[in-house]
Amino acid sequence: MTNSPTKTTISSGGATSAMRVIVPLQGVVQGRGGLFLGSVIPCALFYFWQLYLKRNRNRSRPSNNNNDESGSSGSTHLPQVSSGSGLQRVHSRILLSPKGSSGQSQVSVRANSVISKQIDSSPCFVGLNKASQDPYDEFSNPDGVIQLGLDENKLSLDLVQEWLAENVSRWMMAEDLSISGIATYQPFDGLLELKVAVAGFMSQAVDNSVSFSPAQMVLTGGAIPALEILSFCLADPGNAFLVPSPYYPDLDRDVKWRTGVEIIPVPCRSADNFSLSIDALDRAFSQAKKRGLKVRGVIISNPWNPVGNMFSRETLYNLLDFATEKNIHVISNEILAGSSYGGEEFVSIAEIIDSEDFDRNRVHIVYGLSKDLSLPGFRVGAIYTCNENVLAVAKKLTRFSSISVPTQHLLIQMLSDAKFVQQFIKKNRERLRRMYSLFVSGLKQLGIECTKSSGGFYCWADMSRLIRSYNEKGEIELWDNLLNVAKINATPGSSCHCVEPGWFRLCFTTLSEKDISTVMRRIQKVLETRKSLS
Amino acid sequence: MAIEIEKSIVGLSKVANSDTHGEDSPYFAGWKAYDEDPFDEVHNPSGVIQMGLAENQVSFDLVEEYLEKHSEAVDCGSGISSFRENALFQDYHGLFSFRKAMANFMEKIRGGRAKFDPDRVVITAGATAANELLTFILADPGDALLVPTPYYPGFDRDLRWRTGVKIIPIHCDSSNNFQVTPQALESAYEEAKSNKIKVRGILITNPSNPLGATIQRSNLEEILDFAVQKNIHLVSDEIYSGSAFYSSEFVSIAEVLESRKYMDSERVHIVYSLSKDLGLPGFRVGTIYSYNDNVVTTARRMSSFTLISSQTQQLLASMLSDEEFTRNYIKTNRDRLRKRYEKIIDGLRGSGVECLKGNAGLFCWMNLSHLLEKSTRECELELWNSILGEVKLNISPGSSCHCSEPGWFRVCFANMSEQTLEVALTRLHNFMQKRTKKVINSSFFSFLL
Repeated sequence: MTNSPTKTTISSGGATSAMRVIVPLQGVVQGRGGLFLGSVIPCALFYFWQLYLKRNRNRSRPSNNNNDESGSSGSTHLPQVSSGSGLQRVHSRILLSPKGSSGQSQVSVRANSVISKQIDSSPCFVGLNKASQDPYDEFSNPDGVIQLGLDENKLSLDLVQEWLAENVSRWMMAEDLSISGIATYQPFDGLLELKVAVAGFMSQAVDNSVSFSPAQMVLTGGAIPALEILSFCLADPGNAFLVPSPYYPDLDRDVKWRTGVEIIPVPCRSADNFSLSIDALDRAFSQAKKRGLKVRGVIISNPWNPVGNMFSRETLYNLLDFATEKNIHVISNEILAGSSYGGEEFVSIAEIIDSEDFDRNRVHIVYGLSKDLSLPGFRVGAIYTCNENVLAVAKKLTRFSSISVPTQHLLIQMLSDAKFVQQFIKKNRERLRRMYSLFVSGLKQLGIECTKSSGGFYCWADMSRLIRSYNEKGEIELWDNLLNVAKINATPGSSCHCVEPGWFRLCFTTLSEKDISTVMRRIQKVLETRKSLS
Repeated sequence: MAIEIEKSIVGLSKVANSDTHGEDSPYFAGWKAYDEDPFDEVHNPSGVIQMGLAENQVSFDLVEEYLEKHSEAVDCGSGISSFRENALFQDYHGLFSFRKAMANFMEKIRGGRAKFDPDRVVITAGATAANELLTFILADPGDALLVPTPYYPGFDRDLRWRTGVKIIPIHCDSSNNFQVTPQALESAYEEAKSNKIKVRGILITNPSNPLGATIQRSNLEEILDFAVQKNIHLVSDEIYSGSAFYSSEFVSIAEVLESRKYMDSERVHIVYSLSKDLGLPGFRVGTIYSYNDNVVTTARRMSSFTLISSQTQQLLASMLSDEEFTRNYIKTNRDRLRKRYEKIIDGLRGSGVECLKGNAGLFCWMNLSHLLEKSTRECELELWNSILGEVKLNISPGSSCHCSEPGWFRVCFANMSEQTLEVALTRLHNFMQKRTKKVINSSFFSFLL
């Protein structure tokens, strides 16, 4: 039986084995004419059934991607470990289109999951691509795509630029350029002076509620490797982390791609204002155990990306109690700690373990300068932990992702300028607060409500009343409308593993105040179109 | 149902608990000794001289000069818009200008004998990350890469630790100057097969670390043919390509592919870095250059774990596009390294020590096998220990490079001033004289007996 390429090839694994059983049996039972009909019909039925299954599998699988400008994509939503491997192997055979060379050697299974067609056709990837190919500019491209899917903060870049203009000659002093400064190998986990400076910055970002110690820090080339290093340290391939959902799309990549570790989402709901319920955690833990999955820890982001709220003191206590009871780790991604602007105070998990009698060895904080200092390009992240074993291993592992030394020198100067840091954090918060309230009230006027956010660069908008069918399909259809009609790239909740359809993450920190009214106008256009059609 | 024993300490992973990082080996133990008692011409003239670290400091003055003259390149961008772009730039494609500059630089090093396409350049934070990343992409846990011995000790960690991939050594020996033979390749492949291990590729370092020699063209052809025959990948770590003493003596796998009109090129991947040739290890700049589209795409996406700071990319884009600077640097660096090499070889020869004939790199491969009582790893380590303890020189024993013949040592010469090198040679000379006397005396006495 000949299979047509691509689509059916995926199912060929199951189909051909079934054929081997059906055809001979039919032949034996029914004789010549019957042999033909008796074999073709069941084969055809089976073929169409596989095709149907495959199509539905692709649609219902949410794909998770990050929001990097160029469409650097996240992972596929990997299927269950047991069933996934068969799919992956056959999938890899498709990707071996020789392109003129003979007998091309294969790449690994983990590589194949990264280059799968699912990533390329996911909303995040498509949206980011479109936005970068046709970027909005107030003057030169007023009809371009407005990027609301990238959680970058452009509101306070001018402050950093100002500092650089005033101080750049200072940092380029001869001693920094010397052989000992740049030409030699430096400690992979970062220069001590930078650790001191980052620890100081972190303390300021949490309004000095905690005094972070440089000795408990390992610097990495961004928060992305920090998270991956922790995943490698705390879990074995096949183990899992519990993660409250919705969670930001990139986490799938950071935790899963190369480590072989799984993420088990713990759904949080609008009825609870998307706060974490310990019961839900417990249920997820037990279910994982039943499936034979060993849970090694819980990963939270605080302030919460994409929801924008912050963990209360009580929730953090309860989380630590839970972790102690199950003897697992807690990773707290606090990369947006300095970007809180709401009335609530931000409570770092470090503050809780400082004051209470929890085992410090199980708590690890991820930080970085990409968000709070608006410098994602410089690649500066940190792992902060009191667990000496984790520190020792992370120090060795960060050799694969160290920070460039000239950049370290520049940042030492910048972060040691206490006055600059204080003013930056203060002004940045003011600007974030202002943009947030303008943006949210703009949406409110359109009848779109958001959860109350206190930190981060985005709002979590409820557009569930606007979707045609209350499911992921409806949500994607609205997302598509927003992208192609309103020319706005928003992140659909399904990319964040949200169990309730219709929620969207909209980042407002790459806009100017004027742009907000443009965004609202465009969204309104889409709403009107949908009302008139329904 | 088994009863779980309650652990009071929360556990870490197997990766965290393993010692595959290899930092307990003699290769690194010597570094510790150096850290505790580092040589300084003025303040500590009897300290340990570090000859186990392959750093290139001979041409740093040229880089320093460039940076001083072009301080605007170091700035993150003079205008507001260029700074904004730079500070926000976390695109895993890397700055195009930087990739173009790297591609040009790699072409120059090869004397224009091979072309490099900037769109095939993937950036990583150093060659360490590049090698690990390629291993993640080309092999699954439990698979293996074939690596000729002796090899850089760091490979044990870079290729195996997090990836779960194994290294099967391709044994080479001094009978043919440690070149890889088709028999050795076949033998390593069969060893893997007999252990039911799937070989995914070969990783060669050209010029070789620790041998300090380039791989001959005919040898490269043989290795590539083997990879084609077995349908596996070939990774060529060319991190020392700019450190070959004569440009014409280095043949890159890229040149071999070009001469074959890129047939079978989709299995070939080149690793490069500026840490050795440009003497900028602190910058953390590495690249993967792959002829395989899937590998390029995957490597790009995975490079999010190991990006180069945009500020550094911008700085290097300017520096490496400067024709005058790169032309002058490459030539001067080669000359200076050659002179250093000649100095150390002459010095060693004067002390009765021979080295493998080298033509590249920041080190020489020294033969002290005649000093070993017995040709064993233990005797080699004993000798290494005495050189570290008595002579106060940290050199790298061949066993840490998995050399199958005991008695060879890697000695780095480019990470110090000429004066320090002279001190090291004098110390070694004295040591050799003492040893020779000892040998003569003991054989005299044994003769008497």
